[in-house]
Amino acid sequence: MSAHNDSAHNEPEPVDLSDPKLSRFEVYKEGLRRDDIEIIHYEPRFAKPGTKAEKRMERIVGGLFLFSGLFATLFVVAYIWWPWEYEGAATWRDPQTWYTPILGTTLGLSLLLFAVGVLTWAKKLLPVEELVQDRHDGGSSPEDRRIAEATVDGLVEDMGLKRRPFLVKAALLGAAPLGLAAVAPLGALLKDPGDMLTVTGWNAEKYNDGDPVQVMMRDGALVRPDMVSVGGQITVYPALDHGATNQFPTSPVLLIHLRAADAEILRGNLYPMYQDVDALWGNFVAYSKICTHVGCPTSLYEQQSQRLLCPCHQSQFNVVDNAAPIFGPATRHLPILPLDVDDDGVFIAKSDFLVPPGPAFWNRPSLPEEDEK
Amino acid sequence: MKRRKGTSDSLLTKAGGELDDRFKLAGPARVLLNKVFPDHWSFLLGEIALFSFILLLLSGTFLALFFEPSMVEVTYNGAYVPLQGVEMSKAYASALDLSFEVRGGLFMRQMHHWATLLFMASILVHMLRIFFTGAFRAPRETNWMIGILLFWVGFFEGFFGYSLPDDGLSGTGLRIMEGMTESVPFIGPWASAALFGGQFPGTSVISMIYIIHVFVFPLILLALITVHVGLVFAQKHTQWPGPGRTEHNVVGFRMFPNYVMKQVGFMLFIWGVIGAMAGLFQINPIWLFGPYEVSVVSSASQPDFYVMYLDGLIRLFPAWEFRVPPYFTLPAVFWPAIAGMGLSVLLPLVYPALERRFTKDRGHHNLLQRPRDVPARTSLGMMVVVFWIIGVISGGNDVFAQKFHISLNAMTWAGRIGIVVLPIIAYYVTYRICLGLQQHDREVLAHGLETGILMRDPNGRFYEVHQPLGEPDEHGHSELEYGGWVVPKKMNRVGALEPTDKGFFKSIEEPSENGGAERRDEIESGHK
Repeated sequence: MSAHNDSAHNEPEPVDLSDPKLSRFEVYKEGLRRDDIEIIHYEPRFAKPGTKAEKRMERIVGGLFLFSGLFATLFVVAYIWWPWEYEGAATWRDPQTWYTPILGTTLGLSLLLFAVGVLTWAKKLLPVEELVQDRHDGGSSPEDRRIAEATVDGLVEDMGLKRRPFLVKAALLGAAPLGLAAVAPLGALLKDPGDMLTVTGWNAEKYNDGDPVQVMMRDGALVRPDMVSVGGQITVYPALDHGATNQFPTSPVLLIHLRAADAEILRGNLYPMYQDVDALWGNFVAYSKICTHVGCPTSLYEQQSQRLLCPCHQSQFNVVDNAAPIFGPATRHLPILPLDVDDDGVFIAKSDFLVPPGPAFWNRPSLPEEDEK
Repeated sequence: MKRRKGTSDSLLTKAGGELDDRFKLAGPARVLLNKVFPDHWSFLLGEIALFSFILLLLSGTFLALFFEPSMVEVTYNGAYVPLQGVEMSKAYASALDLSFEVRGGLFMRQMHHWATLLFMASILVHMLRIFFTGAFRAPRETNWMIGILLFWVGFFEGFFGYSLPDDGLSGTGLRIMEGMTESVPFIGPWASAALFGGQFPGTSVISMIYIIHVFVFPLILLALITVHVGLVFAQKHTQWPGPGRTEHNVVGFRMFPNYVMKQVGFMLFIWGVIGAMAGLFQINPIWLFGPYEVSVVSSASQPDFYVMYLDGLIRLFPAWEFRVPPYFTLPAVFWPAIAGMGLSVLLPLVYPALERRFTKDRGHHNLLQRPRDVPARTSLGMMVVVFWIIGVISGGNDVFAQKFHISLNAMTWAGRIGIVVLPIIAYYVTYRICLGLQQHDREVLAHGLETGILMRDPNGRFYEVHQPLGEPDEHGHSELEYGGWVVPKKMNRVGALEPTDKGFFKSIEEPSENGGAERRDEIESGHK
């Protein structure tokens, strides 16, 4: 083995390729020599060709290929003729429920069998071999480097990069705006965020000609106090055209009809800004449904513990304390929508949210009350 | 029939001649055919990613024939009864049609998704192999960096891919991304408006991420993969230490036929596994989630696994928001999401340079290291692995809490404490294990193998007979140097206790026929 460690001192001699007596293997070995490859070990897998063991292996590999073809055929047949169209709820007895599993099984088996065939061929029939090749790692020869250096120096010289500093500077000054021009069209994507993060569908001035926005359910029905039983809650939307769609993504509100005792606690805890506008109506409170963490809907209402939980990152908000965060990654309370009931007995928003709902951003207007817990 | 004089013209030689006349191929082709590749199972992990990627291109092209990346509102009127009459985007409707009304469409969708998961998983495991064996060291730092970029481009390619169907789950994912984007100081709101064409979710984001998903990122991936594989080829693969193996050679077998046949077989194998999974295991049943609505979400909303650690970090990070009222807010989510992701990109990119700086090792390395021989690096790597695993588990902490009846808040606190404490413990434990393994290697080299044979000397002392691995001196010690490779630790690793016969049903040891080619390799050394 040690002979191979310093193969550099032990290089095989080149052979004369014009020698007509050279065997194919000797010509081949000359090729290896030219690529700095040496054979350490090379022997046929089966010393005597045509033995029973070899024949057996051939039969196995051949069989694998043929079975692979069989399953591929089955795949094509099933793909074309097996009933596949979805026809509503089905049980396992209906053939169409087996369509995808049959495709997977047949194609998968076909590929796997062919794979095992090729691998068996490589591992059991190819000659056993071990070769060693020189790496020639670590850069070019000093000669090559010198020549390359001289070539590049010549290039620099020819272009006069050193003698003509003005040209170099001018080219850079010209290219910089050109690069800017190349990316400038991406500016078409830019849009002034404007009030999109601060104003919601409850804003009467913007969306309802100054009239307070009424409250509706998802199907458009206007919400009256008697529609929510004590302890119950529903998700409500601004009663605008498309008010319940994604066109008003920060508007959805959770309307909760608190039990009298809970409402009393909440009134005692209410932030001054909400007291000032009398944000509750009776025992009803409306919290923004958009989590102040990263904006998932805080959908889970635990009536017993009076908590709202956001299922995305498990922020929890205390319903009887301004929906202030009490656990998880959220830092700010869910803004309260100031509620009232109009002459038709329908809930309305007295105004838009007093603080922007949803996730925070750097220039979000914040009020000192928010730091209260 | 007349034979041409002095040649042995087969059709192949003739075709080769014609090609060589035109392209001068004989020399380069020989170099290619004879190139020597080292062999080890762990060198094939990256290939899984490569083969999955090919399948992703194929299945993705099929999906693109039927998917419509449009957020125009339509009323669903397709085959799936529970959603009939529901308002939804064209994107979601066409994704449903792909699943229900395109022949084999569901199969292709599931193949595309499973192949993605395999693609990302194999990149991660491949990256661990490269890291723990020191294969990223000079001269291969560039390829390590390209690999890191491949992961991150694949990360966003995958995220955008599962966001395309515009179902309830994917919309939730986009919402979270929007919340993260908003949190970036100064540019957040503008960046969000640019991504979504105004207010989230808008009507343009699907077509934007569609062109990125089917054109821009695949192109970048293809280019990076080409350079990645090309560099492995040009710089020649690393190899494990062993007899005859040095920093200046490659020991293995030839590219043709051996290496290529194994590669083709392996590729078909990977495809077969993905194909079977695509048919047998359901993934991402978008029809159950409904169209995306900002006010609707269900519990157990998890991203794909490669995004989960980030989601976990977001869940764990405490509610620390920095505020200067009323001018400035730095949201808490900025730290795990933006800073966390930034570090996850940056740290691995610069790690090879950092290690060079600290070890002052400026040499070229073509021989791999066993993880135990570089305890500091191995322990650092285990720190990251543990950190990542806690992140992933925390990304699904609601599911764990529900399935195992654990308090959700306890899960969160366990994650918060664990992600700080456990990596440190992992570092210490890994370090000790590495040292212990090193010591045991030296011990076996010096004292020999434990044979399990107990003897009693005339003084009544019991001792175990050791099988020396080298020529022992008068104390029974051998002066064997550690070669950076597996030291046999058991008697049957050096040929003892071998079965006398091979074969399960009948003997396949037929020496008269196979001329002894079925050698027992283990007898010579611990490996081959």
